[in-house]
Amino acid sequence: MNDNGNLVAAAAAFLGEAEHEHKELLASVVTVARALFGAAAASVFLLDDQAGELVFEAVSGAGEDHLVGERFPASRGIAGWVLGAQEPLIVSDLSTNPVFARDLAETTGYVPQSLMAAPLQRRDATIGVMEVLDPVPSAVSPLGAAELLTLFAGQAAIALGVIQRNRTAYRMLAPDDGEPSELAQMARLLNELGADRRAAGVNLLDSLHRLLSSAR
Amino acid sequence: MNPSSPSLTWNALGLNPAELAVVADWPGPADAGWAWGGATGRGVRVCVVDSGIEGDHPDVGPVQGSYAVTGPAGGELEVVPVAAGDACGHGTACAGVIRALAPECELYSVRVLGERYSSTGDMFIAGLRWAVAQKFDVVNLSLSTTRQKFAEALHAVADEAYFAGTVLVAAAHNTPVESFPWRFASVVSVGSHAARDPGLVLYNPTPPVEFFAYGTDVDVAWPGGQRSRITGNSFAAPHVAGYCALARSKHPGLTPFQVKSLLYLMSDNVKGSS
Repeated sequence: MNDNGNLVAAAAAFLGEAEHEHKELLASVVTVARALFGAAAASVFLLDDQAGELVFEAVSGAGEDHLVGERFPASRGIAGWVLGAQEPLIVSDLSTNPVFARDLAETTGYVPQSLMAAPLQRRDATIGVMEVLDPVPSAVSPLGAAELLTLFAGQAAIALGVIQRNRTAYRMLAPDDGEPSELAQMARLLNELGADRRAAGVNLLDSLHRLLSSAR
Repeated sequence: MNPSSPSLTWNALGLNPAELAVVADWPGPADAGWAWGGATGRGVRVCVVDSGIEGDHPDVGPVQGSYAVTGPAGGELEVVPVAAGDACGHGTACAGVIRALAPECELYSVRVLGERYSSTGDMFIAGLRWAVAQKFDVVNLSLSTTRQKFAEALHAVADEAYFAGTVLVAAAHNTPVESFPWRFASVVSVGSHAARDPGLVLYNPTPPVEFFAYGTDVDVAWPGGQRSRITGNSFAAPHVAGYCALARSKHPGLTPFQVKSLLYLMSDNVKGSS
């Protein structure tokens, strides 16, 4: 393997390890949330914007053995509503709620009676949804259910945001054809520069990053 | 403003201050009794620019007028009468909050959000511009855009409303990002506090969000004649819109500037130095 390949392999390994750790963090968030709410299940979905789908990224409780990776339309159900409204929703009786997508719930193998959902937001983007199924009132915290859920959602959003960025970086470093990407080649060139020129290069990339960020 | 005063343009040169006399029925110490005690919203027209309103919801109706922004993508947009209905429930939830506070106000709906909140900044501007042209007393805006390119047009409509006598009540974004129109000084901007008290309004001494109201775990009207619990600045704003409706019901001559001043004075955290 040449230097370029080594660099890509090292970066890919780093990203893979970071993803693994953040998935563990996500799993921990849903486990704690489920425990604190005394719920049947808690889960985190990542929005796949291109496919218009929500993907189960972490599940604790009902469905945890088979739901991770499963997808459903991002435009449906309570999760879809929360995604659009960008505001948390608590529904205490799903049996009469017209927004609830019972058919989708049935495909997961568990149909809840009540549900709480909160958007996962990073800066001005909604990147996913957190749901807690069949929660029971908590005596552990003086906070209300919605506030507590929002706190968990904030934590989950940080981990999910890192996972999302890692995957994007991974795809840019090691595209499907196996050839090092432009980005990987730039990283190698930057690494080979002397200190002064490397600092100038980093400044340039920083400016480019800010330019691209402001153009979104 | 005394109606006999000459119209002002850009300055008061050549005018005697006596010619600018303003007769105000504002009492010395304003209190809640004076502000809105006994008011029901009667005679006040409140417009909810949102996803529509479910008019036959028992906790919301009646709805005096339902309209929607329509038109081809990129083409001329128009506001047309439509059957009362709500594309996703957001507008019904907001309208229910206003109805609970101001039970006798007239409610109107302009739909700018479709199913799953699909909308464009152009639709939002068209709906708001139309609402301001109808001279509603209060307009609730539990929505905003983060797109800078719409800011200038929204700013112009907000200023127009301010001088034309329409109080715009706008929810701040739920995350700490810039969005519009809540960011403008000519609107009444609202965020949530954590207390479960519809009567608690707080003035924020460090704006741009100027007021905080009940927006956490709010029991709201929900499509299908249901109710649900929901959290967000979207549901804090209609609480303040409801109080604006009460104030304008009791004191029809109040300007948006005066309504905002009254909200400030009535805020639970604003105390006199004595």
